[in-house]
Amino acid sequence: MKMPESDTPSLRALVLAAGDGNTRFVADEATRLDLSALTSAPSPTPLLGRTVLLAMKRQIDTAAALIALDGVARRIVLWPYDLPREHMDVVLAAAGVEFLVAEWPLGTLDQVGAAAPEDGAPWRATEWVLFTSGTAGQPKMVVHTLFSLAGHLFGGAASAKGPIWCTFYDIRRYGGMQILLRALIGAGSLVLSCPDESPGAFLARAAAAGATHFLGTPSHWRRALMTEAADRIAPAYVRLSGEVADQGILGKLREQYRHARIVHAFASTEAGLAFEVEDGSAGFPASLEGQTGGTAEIRIEAGALRVRSPRNAIGYLDRAISAIPDEAGFVDTGDIVELRGSRYYFAGRRDGTVNVGGQKVHPEEVEAVINQHPAVEMSRVSARASPITGAIVVADVVCRPGGTASADATPAAIRDFCRARLAPHKVPAAIRIVPNLEIAASGKLVRMRA
Amino acid sequence: MMQVRSKVEATIREVAAEHNKSLPQLTDDLPLLESGLDSLCLAVVVARLEDGLGVDPFSAADGVALPVTIGDFVKLYEDAGE
Repeated sequence: MKMPESDTPSLRALVLAAGDGNTRFVADEATRLDLSALTSAPSPTPLLGRTVLLAMKRQIDTAAALIALDGVARRIVLWPYDLPREHMDVVLAAAGVEFLVAEWPLGTLDQVGAAAPEDGAPWRATEWVLFTSGTAGQPKMVVHTLFSLAGHLFGGAASAKGPIWCTFYDIRRYGGMQILLRALIGAGSLVLSCPDESPGAFLARAAAAGATHFLGTPSHWRRALMTEAADRIAPAYVRLSGEVADQGILGKLREQYRHARIVHAFASTEAGLAFEVEDGSAGFPASLEGQTGGTAEIRIEAGALRVRSPRNAIGYLDRAISAIPDEAGFVDTGDIVELRGSRYYFAGRRDGTVNVGGQKVHPEEVEAVINQHPAVEMSRVSARASPITGAIVVADVVCRPGGTASADATPAAIRDFCRARLAPHKVPAAIRIVPNLEIAASGKLVRMRA
Repeated sequence: MMQVRSKVEATIREVAAEHNKSLPQLTDDLPLLESGLDSLCLAVVVARLEDGLGVDPFSAADGVALPVTIGDFVKLYEDAGE
């Protein structure tokens, strides 16, 4: 099999071109990648044109594998380490995985190699498959290429002494991947977290490494500010994305890091980066809508944010690749915005998804579990604002008539019932027993928007 | 005042037990996030205290510094109840 005739450089070539200055490193607690060794190592030719799934415990091993495999493998599937193992067989089949690079117990896998594509089928650029939380708990696979992920960085002038990045994100998800590529292509350095490392220990290590650019979700930042190590870092740049940045966390960061540029951004795995806001206020200026000339164009349609950009994903992967954008080329983010004065503010997800510290919860999934409880008639799950995780799941529950005298129908009993059947972030933090829930004329539960 | 403290500590213990987290002795200088509680546990504690005590000291928005230790956390609720 031949190497692809690609019109874009491979990650390995870009890392090589960025040079190897003294300050340049990608490190976690125990390992520092040897970038010059990685770029001069022979290509892993047995994987040429193949589909490879990366499932390693440590982020840094994933980074090394990406440098080796971009431009070699036809498709790289980036399994997030926290994704439940039960999804593996579906992913292997849908992505046509032929090889696994894994180091954790996977159990018995029937699917690997089952759906190998035809040898020699033409391909141009390696597909990078990233996961996003899809509907009903089934993860969605989103296809990018190095160009859609980082094309805006190609050919940029690498500064002699690049920034030292530090991110709370995992590089196997979109937000973290952006930082990894910035560091690798832009001659920066990167401090990565380790599995099971406490936020305080990670920040202390970042401080010791001289990190200057810090990125995370608002929930990551709230957690960081609750550690003593928050005083030890001196960021020049603080960035928030992945969740709605409220005025509370923006104000606290301004107070704590007076000399830092503080930026909040909207980006999603499907849409890529939509915009960055640097004025210290929550929401975004309405004047951004319809602007052209920047990288991304945004539109508000039926109250929801849409984004058109070269950084949009190629498509969703489910055996075949399906397009994400609408006819005009805009990706519908599903995020509802409200205009107040001259600014738009985020007002929740159209599908009611609750974002608990970056982890998505679908109310219907939780309701389905609560409704299985023998004493429960019906339930409604919604979001409550949380100063720690941005939002938290709460439930209103109607008990069965006839007053099931059973002591079962208490909030504590329903909570225990949920805990046995749901991931911890999906279990309602507060449960109210209510006499009834409003049903609309359509027969559907009336949901309040957060 | 002591009532607030005991309610806060009881809620912390209750949530830790539900999430199978073992807690050390709760002392005022114990860092919150080194206590064995993760941020999800803390979010649940705050939600439950809002229902139990009827106060959300964090809703004072910008004014409140995020608590670092158990002592800071208890004090937020004591001050909010005044």
